[in-house]
Order: sequence, then structure tokens, then C-alpha cells
Amino acid sequence: MKIYRIHALICAGAQCIAAGGNGFEDALKDELKKHELLEEVNIIETGCMGSCQLGPLMVVYPEGVIYTKLKPEDAKEIVEEHFLKGRDVKRLMWKEKETVLPSLSEIPFFAKQTKVVLRNCGIINPEDINEYIAQGGYEALGKTITEMTREDVIQVIKDSGLRGRGGAGFPTGKKWQLAYEQDSPIKYIVCNADEGDPGAYMNRSVLEGDPHSVLEGMAIAGYAIGAQKGFIYVRAEYPLAVKRLEIAIKQAKQIGVLGKNILGTNFSFDIELRIGAGAFVCGEETALINSIEGKRGEPRKKPPFPVQKGVFGFPTVINNVETLANIPVIIEKGVKFFRSFGTEKSPGTKVFALAGKVNITGLVEVPLGTPLRTIIYDIGGGIQEGHSFKAAQTGGPSGGVIPSQYIDVPMDYESLASLGAIMGSGGLIVMDETSCMVDVAKFFLKFTVDESCGKCTPCREGTRQMLNILERITSGKGRMEDLELLEKLGNTIKLTSLCGLGQTAPNPVLTTLRYFRDEYIAHIKDKKCPSNVCKLSSEVKNERKVFNRSSS
Amino acid sequence: MKEKSLIDLLHNVQESNSKNYVSKDLAKKVAETSNLSLSKVYGVATFYTMFSVTQRGRHIIRVCRSLSCHLANGESILHKLKEVLGIDIGETTLDGEFTLEESSCLGMCSIAPSMMIDNVPFGNLKEEDIEGIIKKFKEGAL
Repeated sequence: MKIYRIHALICAGAQCIAAGGNGFEDALKDELKKHELLEEVNIIETGCMGSCQLGPLMVVYPEGVIYTKLKPEDAKEIVEEHFLKGRDVKRLMWKEKETVLPSLSEIPFFAKQTKVVLRNCGIINPEDINEYIAQGGYEALGKTITEMTREDVIQVIKDSGLRGRGGAGFPTGKKWQLAYEQDSPIKYIVCNADEGDPGAYMNRSVLEGDPHSVLEGMAIAGYAIGAQKGFIYVRAEYPLAVKRLEIAIKQAKQIGVLGKNILGTNFSFDIELRIGAGAFVCGEETALINSIEGKRGEPRKKPPFPVQKGVFGFPTVINNVETLANIPVIIEKGVKFFRSFGTEKSPGTKVFALAGKVNITGLVEVPLGTPLRTIIYDIGGGIQEGHSFKAAQTGGPSGGVIPSQYIDVPMDYESLASLGAIMGSGGLIVMDETSCMVDVAKFFLKFTVDESCGKCTPCREGTRQMLNILERITSGKGRMEDLELLEKLGNTIKLTSLCGLGQTAPNPVLTTLRYFRDEYIAHIKDKKCPSNVCKLSSEVKNERKVFNRSSS
Repeated sequence: MKEKSLIDLLHNVQESNSKNYVSKDLAKKVAETSNLSLSKVYGVATFYTMFSVTQRGRHIIRVCRSLSCHLANGESILHKLKEVLGIDIGETTLDGEFTLEESSCLGMCSIAPSMMIDNVPFGNLKEEDIEGIIKKFKEGAL
């Protein structure tokens, strides 16, 4: 193996690439060539490092110096100063309160996180299976299929208390047990990688940064329930994730950790990719099943549940990306290790996509039960200058808002539910006083109206009626009785919709009504938007034309 | 299940079409090869937002409309795009180069506002960047 003097890890997550990462990498390579350093410096493209807002990022080892917001013209200085003379380029380093922080371990954003799911993201080259294996990858699969019975595996996952990270928090071990009990020659494992929640992108980062952890989790699940085949249903909006998954599957098959007779045992497991085509509802498991089968992504009624009758009518376990990425860790390091994070009822960690009005946005992984305040202030560096925390929106259009008086709420499934919000897939959008809560509720409702598949009436018609009322209120034509009407409609839609999309669609309206009723009243009675967002005028803007794709 | 699903087939034929859409002829061909009725193929092609049954431009611009982008003044980016391209959402420029569309969330919330042109992601967008990006894309520099 070749030894390099310097290892330069460049973040090649979609967000850093979008912020201009490719240009910097090309410029860096040119500079290295010019100084004949290509033999001494190893450039490694990694997955997302987490602090996306400060991208494009590069970490230089052995020192672990992190450079932020890199531009192509910075390459010359880094090569000449750091790589040749060993002097850090202070101007490009991470700064907090005017202090330069030299390495990852000294930066609170990184130091205060607990990385289990994101253990390899930003550390390994996701396009090289050897780097995953060097981190202990596929050891758990080997242990599972050579030392454990199927029942053992299910018991471990049950004991770990792992709950589905896609949103609802159903116990994963229990789901596997139900599928295991089904008497069927064919069973399937499906990885739900249709991350459609606006504001959440942790699945994208895991798929782009550590695809093998998901493949390994799927193979272990396949062994446990008796499936020989898995599907990954991934959004077409994530072309880089698709590319890296394709590479990962190919490499895994080449070395025999996927495919026929894995590691010489009689267990065979194969994985196929299924690409979506843009439909939020396909994240709902029964709609996803229809989509895998090549149909319109309309939900089916439950029961039968997917574990009884799923893809092509066979028992199917559907797990989220983050859930699956946890599996190898639980098998390898044990239940006790996993339970050392989180709470009794919500063990382990959770990745949140911190976005909105905080100083440092990005992906944050913390033990479940970590207070919201810790995430926003200690890790996210607080609210952007001059403003104060007003509310956080969790769970996208299925979730709700957490107002400032609950900033110390522990982020776990039960605590969030008690506030009317949900964990969801982990989107966490922070808002300050410049955000209008009626506007936010309207925003999500527009989204649901647009994304409703139209199969059931409460969701198709009911959400549209709610949106009409909100448009009336934000244009200054609201009536006080509208508030009761919104609540009545919202609760009816929750109770009567066919699938999770409709059952949760009213949540943003209901929680903002619960905590920010005065803002609704100000729009109606004073014809004023306290945050100056809604342009209250007599004309109702014809915005629905813009949002309604079906008519375009 | 070695055979491709209908959605994969539609992705393939749409990509092969220079106008970026599933034409009537292509839909018929898909129906024949997959042994499905034409109405079934159309049912699927019209359900998903990434498929189109009407002509589109050579490049598809997808502007993110997630809440993060909305809070980061994504609206102004959309307005600028409309102005620079001279088209509204769902329309195609006269030279057939660009079609402007919306996307629910592109998963780039930390660098909002964002957009994608074909498979190339853009983040931290400012109004003044738009013209340059479009120009570069036209020249094939991106």
C-alpha cells in the first residue's frame, strides 16, 4: 500500500458540490501537479461531513485541520503554505467568535455530536468498499450469518429497542418478527429512501456518504426474516445517491458480501435499485409498494399490512435508510452499547437536518432525548444575529411546531407527540420572529394539496378547503369563525384519511393554531401580519396555479 | 424480477427523447414492450411529476420549494429565473433550451435556496448568480 504524507478529505456530498466543491478540487489537483506533489498528497472524496452551510469543506490529516467555504482560488495558498511549508491557512479555518478553531475535535458543532448512523460519513470514500471494510464494515453481516440463528438476530434487534427512524417510530424488531412469522417462500426487504419531507436530507447524506452501511443492514434484515431479495426505493432527485448506490452494490457483489452464497454460506441476498419519479406520497409504505411494482403511487388500505402482503403480494419489511444504517452497529457493538445512548423508550441516536435561522446549519446526530436547546444553541451556534428563537418545525408537512416556551423539550418520540409535533424523519427548521406562523402553516398545506394523490376525499378535498381558508386569512378577508372551522376540518381529515399523508396533513395548521392563535387573530381582526410576511390586501394571489402541477 | 419496472422504462424513454418527454409514440412503444394498455402507461406517466407527456426543453430547471428555501427567500430566485428566462413555471423557453419546474424538496436545506439543472445541484443562490449560471449552462460549461 502506498503511504502518503498528507491526506486531504474533500467533502463530496451534494451540498458541498452545489456550493462549488468541484471547482476547488480541480484547482487543488492542478496546484499539486504544478508542485509535483501528487505522489505525496492523497485526495479523497468523502460523503457529507455535516456542516453543510460552511461548504465546500476539506479536512487535512494528520493534523485534522478543517478548511471551510473553499473557492478555486484558495487552492494555491493551501498548497504553498500548508502542504509545502506546514503552515495552516488561518484565513480559511473555522472561526467562532473571532477565534480560529484548528481541528474537528475543538469545534463544538462536531465535538458535541454522537455519531452512530453517520459514523463513516465524511471519513471514508463511499466509492471504495475497502474503506468501509477497514472501518469494520461487513463484520456484522459475517457474524450474523455464521454465528447467529435468525431468531437470535431478531431478538438482538428487539432488545436494542431500535425504533423506525422514518417517522412513526414503530419497533423494528417487532416488524421483523411479524415478517419472520409469515409462511411464504418469497419475502422482501425494502429500504425506503424516498426522503420527501421538505427540510430533511439525512437519508441522502447516508446514501451518498456511507452506502454500504445500508446494504449491510438490508442483508442482515434479509437473513433474519428469510428474504433473498431487497429493493432500495430512492428518489430520482438524488442522482448522486443513485450513482454511489450502484457502485456500492456492484463492489459488494464482486467480493461476495451480496449475491449468491454470501461468504460461502448458504444465505443468498440480492439488492436492486428502484428509482422514484417525484411523488411525496411514495414515502408512504403502501404507495411505495405500488410504485416499486411500476404503478401509480397511490396508497392501499391497511390491513393487510406490508409484512403480510407487500411487494408483489409477498411479505415485505420496509425500513428507513437511517434505521438500516443502525443495524450493523447494534449487531457488532451490542445492545448495551446502543442503549447507552438515548432514553429507555427511545434508545440510540437520531440525525436531525438543522436548517433555517440558526448560525450553523447542517446534519446533527445526537442521542435521542437531547433537549432542543442543546441542538440549537450548543451545536447550531444559536439564532442568527440580532434575532430570537420563535419556534422549530419538526417532521415537515406531517409534523408541527414547537414554540419557544418548550425549547427544553427532550427530542424523543413521546415528548414531541405530547406537544402535537412529531419526530418525523428528523427535519428541524428553526424560525425566528421574522417568520409568520400562518404563512408556515399555509406553506405546508399548499405542499400537501399539491402532493395529495387524490385517491381519498378527505385528503384531496379537505386539505384544499383548509388552504382556501388560510388564503382568505392571509389576504385580510378572514373571519373569526374560520379558526373553529379549520380545527374541525383538520380533525376530521386526520380521522378519515386513507394514509399517513392525509392523516398528518393538518398538523402544521393545528399546532400553529394551538400555540400561535394570536397571530391568526391579528391577521383576521387587525388585518395585520405581525411578522410582516403576508401581504394583506384585498386580492387573493393566484398562487395555487403555481403550485398545482396536475393542471400544468 | 429482472425486468425493468414501468417507471424505469419511462425514465429511459424520456431521457432518450431530446424534448425530454414521453411522446405518444414512445408511450405506445412502452405499452407494447411491457404488455400494458396505453391508458395504464399514461396513468403512470401523468402521476409522477418528473415525467411529462408534453414537450419540454433540453434542460430541466427544478427550483426547490421546501420551507428552508422559502424562509431563505427562495421566492426571489424563482422570480429572477422567470425574468431571465422569460417564462413561467411549467413553460419552455422559445429556443427550446430550458423548462422551468418546481420541486418539493431537493434535500439541500442547509444551503438554501437551491435548484438543480438536470443533474447539477446549485445552492446558496443569490439573485445575481442566476444570469451567469444560465449563460454557462447554455454554453455547455457546466
